[in-house]
Amino acid sequence: MKHLAYATGVFATLASASTAETPELTVYTYDSFVSEWGPGPKVEAAFEAVCDCDVKFVSAGDGAALLSRIRLEGARSEADVVLGLDTNLIAIAAESGLFAPHGVTADFDMPVAWNDPLFLPYDWGYFAFVHKKDFAAPASFKALAESDAKILIQDPRSSTPGLGLLMWVKAAYGDEAGAVWQGLADNIVTVTKGWSEAYGLFLEGEADMVLSYTTSPAYHLIAEGDDSKVTAKFDEGHYMQVEVAGKLASSDQPELADAFLAFMLSDAFQEIIPTTNWMYPAKTPQTGLPEGFETLITPEKALLLSADEAAKLRGDALEEWRKALSQ
Amino acid sequence: MKPMTSAAVAALVCLLVLAPITAVMAQAGWPERLGGADWEALRFTLFQAVLSALLSGVLAVPVARALARRRFWGHGALVLLMGAPFILPVIVAVLGLLAVFGRAGVLNTALGAMDLPPVQVYGLHGVVLAHVFFNLPLATRLLLQGWGAIPAERFKLAEALGMRPRDVLRFLEWPMLKERLPGVLLVIFLICLSSFAVALTLGGGPRATTLELAIYQAFRLEFDLGRAAGLALVQLVLVLGAGLFALRVASVSGFGAGLSPGRPLPWAQSPWLRLQDAAVLTLSASFVAAPLAMVVWRGLPRILALPDVVLSAAGASLVLALASTVLCLAAAFALASARRGWAEMTGLLGLAISPLVLGTGLFLLINPYYNPAALALPVTALVNALMALPFALRVLAPEYARVERDYGALADSLGMRGLARFRLLLWPQMRVSLGFAAGLTAALSMGDLGVITLFADAEQATLPLQVYRLMGAYRMDDAAGAALLLLGLSFALFALFDWGGRRGA
Repeated sequence: MKHLAYATGVFATLASASTAETPELTVYTYDSFVSEWGPGPKVEAAFEAVCDCDVKFVSAGDGAALLSRIRLEGARSEADVVLGLDTNLIAIAAESGLFAPHGVTADFDMPVAWNDPLFLPYDWGYFAFVHKKDFAAPASFKALAESDAKILIQDPRSSTPGLGLLMWVKAAYGDEAGAVWQGLADNIVTVTKGWSEAYGLFLEGEADMVLSYTTSPAYHLIAEGDDSKVTAKFDEGHYMQVEVAGKLASSDQPELADAFLAFMLSDAFQEIIPTTNWMYPAKTPQTGLPEGFETLITPEKALLLSADEAAKLRGDALEEWRKALSQ
Repeated sequence: MKPMTSAAVAALVCLLVLAPITAVMAQAGWPERLGGADWEALRFTLFQAVLSALLSGVLAVPVARALARRRFWGHGALVLLMGAPFILPVIVAVLGLLAVFGRAGVLNTALGAMDLPPVQVYGLHGVVLAHVFFNLPLATRLLLQGWGAIPAERFKLAEALGMRPRDVLRFLEWPMLKERLPGVLLVIFLICLSSFAVALTLGGGPRATTLELAIYQAFRLEFDLGRAAGLALVQLVLVLGAGLFALRVASVSGFGAGLSPGRPLPWAQSPWLRLQDAAVLTLSASFVAAPLAMVVWRGLPRILALPDVVLSAAGASLVLALASTVLCLAAAFALASARRGWAEMTGLLGLAISPLVLGTGLFLLINPYYNPAALALPVTALVNALMALPFALRVLAPEYARVERDYGALADSLGMRGLARFRLLLWPQMRVSLGFAAGLTAALSMGDLGVITLFADAEQATLPLQVYRLMGAYRMDDAAGAALLLLGLSFALFALFDWGGRRGA
């Protein structure tokens, strides 16, 4: 019935009046984080148990939509913390001048070093092509281009993994990236708007492989007891996605925001990540990774362009991609 | 209705569309010139929209005619089915379509079993196929309404004069089509103009880039509000241009009044024509029903085990849909009552603006004064009403015009005004269209993701948003169940209004 009350808008003001006593921490994040099945509800409960505050998640589409929203709101934003940007967005986010240094030093369990003064990672993963166990998957982009394997990918202009793949090919092949895309063109069944469409079509059998994460098979294994999905290990290495959070300079709860960022790297938060966000925790908790994660592939080489490089290369990489696939 | 009311509604609609674009441009400055890729996107957008509209409209003519001149068991159900594809959320419809026409779909499995080569669905033809799937049924329903507007007496007279089907076509059906078809083509053209996910997925890649995708790119990748607003303006100009063109082409048929509108008698009874109609109906019904059946089939295993949040989201969506319906119908009725070109053009604006730009603009307008999240559902209801307005207007405007043309002078001479005119003249004459328009609006609003994603917080979600959230959390089976619930509820709303309008009319 809560929704109906909101629908009339009548109780919205009443509700906020009654909680005015306890300080409120507003966290902007992407939609799948706050959904019933994401980390949001558990994180909220865990932090509220220790902070004597009220955590309010506000969702805005995905990472890119989240950043546009913050930029639109500017210093007027009610947000104290923004959680859910990735390395492709950090350069523009930093440029906006809206974020304040986090001042945290931590040892991350990530394959790359991290020392960004504004943004702290909370989880990370490798992009990879998911396929069924009985499919003989190619072991590199070049082998994929020469094979008959059919793949589903996402559009870099509307999807985070799609953009990740674009940077993956660019990071692995540099100036040759355009030629690699031309080779891949006949392997691509279609390009979808977002991850969900592509993954849904893959599960329906529309293609041999779909662009997703190395951690995707863990969902099927742990949540569904299904070990039939695996990922293909590519010789070029795998591009990483690092998801970060930052504190807003305009926050009216700066101490609470700092406390949340510190909490984010604690076991209580990090333990929630693997089986809700299906990514690797930025700092492995004491209890280790959940059973099932040991079955996932570990790439030989982790690829990641720095935020500045990524921002610089993106325009050209996108044009190469578009030209190669439009022929 | 007083002319003041329709003018006020028109002004309100204009404000609701133009203020957000202006807000976005005020933030970003005047847009720069468009680049080469944008023109390519524009060309493709126009081309696929024209093709989709023509094909849907032309194919709908025989289907609507067969439905109009035959009575058979299941006729009502078939007419109802024709409302269904239109109300599906895009992602669900795409999955349903590909379950039939995709590489691993029913069609290719069957072809493979017969040792025939597979059919490749991805490409321009796939885009058009999907758009015809969405719009052929809508066009059929809109044209069927046209057939219903020809008084039964005219068909009787034609029969008594010994007219052959060809003459009926020339003297009765063709004038009606000339009046109605341009509007039908226009509204389909507009829907396809803002197509994005369907065009991209079935188009097979960046060849199928539409303007809406270019707007997305400007927003998300380049954070270039100015370019996004510029592209949105191009879209707006296109829509208004197409609207003006369609209004000029459309002519008024003027059959005069009859005693029993909406009930044409079965005519053209030759066995050959009966067979032809049977074939047309079987083909179109299976084309529409097959992907829907796949949606039902995929969703059935989980429909009874859906999480509570999905059910409460369904409740929110129902309230939202009913609120949008009231708003939209009131606005459409007021605009239809003007019976003027400008009113029709105003109604089109709702489809003319990119939802992303509209949502962002509204956000910019609300944000300085009020927390947008607290207004998420009211704003979504308003935007959904705006987006459904062109459809409701397309249903109501020709009927309003017909009733006033046929009976307006009589009602005037009797001094029937205000509520009395509505109760005694407009309601009995228009209840079928009002029911259809209400059903269409409610179902559209139910299935549309709308602007909720730009505004919602954790606790507010509509059913389509929950479907996306489930898919985003790998729970494709639950998502299929929730999609079926969405289809069921939308269809129930549609059927309730539509049937309520047609019953006893």
